[in-house]
Amino acid sequence: MTTLPFITELVVSVLLLIGASFTLAGSLGLLKLSGAMSRIHAPTLAATLGVGSLLLASIVYSFATGMPSLHEMLVMAFLFVTAPITANFIAKVHLHRSRDVADLHQPPTDKIWATHSDT
Amino acid sequence: MITTALYIAVGTVGLAQVLAMVRLLRGPHVGDRILALDTMVINAIALIILAGMTSGTQLYFESAMIIAMLGFVSTVALCRFVLRGDITE
Repeated sequence: MTTLPFITELVVSVLLLIGASFTLAGSLGLLKLSGAMSRIHAPTLAATLGVGSLLLASIVYSFATGMPSLHEMLVMAFLFVTAPITANFIAKVHLHRSRDVADLHQPPTDKIWATHSDT
Repeated sequence: MITTALYIAVGTVGLAQVLAMVRLLRGPHVGDRILALDTMVINAIALIILAGMTSGTQLYFESAMIIAMLGFVSTVALCRFVLRGDITE
């Protein structure tokens, strides 16, 4: 490993530690939170802030070592776009699973939730 | 300093992967299991990025991209199957 300026090493290390701790926080929330709906929001944190910080650290490191690459931006953009869609789908699954309509709270404008409209 | 931070990050993300796997095994309902699988895919992407930084090659980011796409498509397919009983319709 080549020698880098101290400030670059500091930035990369801090970004790595921030990303790793947010990833751990996401999985810890997934394990510890009670209730299916509240469990959804913890892994989204890991997907955006955790992996985002790790990719940012990788970008800074690649520029510092003289092999600049921006491929990481593709992964970051893809994850940022798909994380809300995934969370929305899993929330729909949770809504769908509780078949009793009386258990759910009333939707804001419509009469019934979309996953219950068929049956 | 970067090497130490990389080792700590690999250990932390590996621990996060184990925690997500516990939720996958324990998850009371199918939605929790799908969510745990999605989290495991994201943690795997993080581990691949860390492996790429450790070895200093660019090859790992292609595989991280592919795994991100496959993870998204598989999560959506599982959710569609639970919701509609059919994936393609």
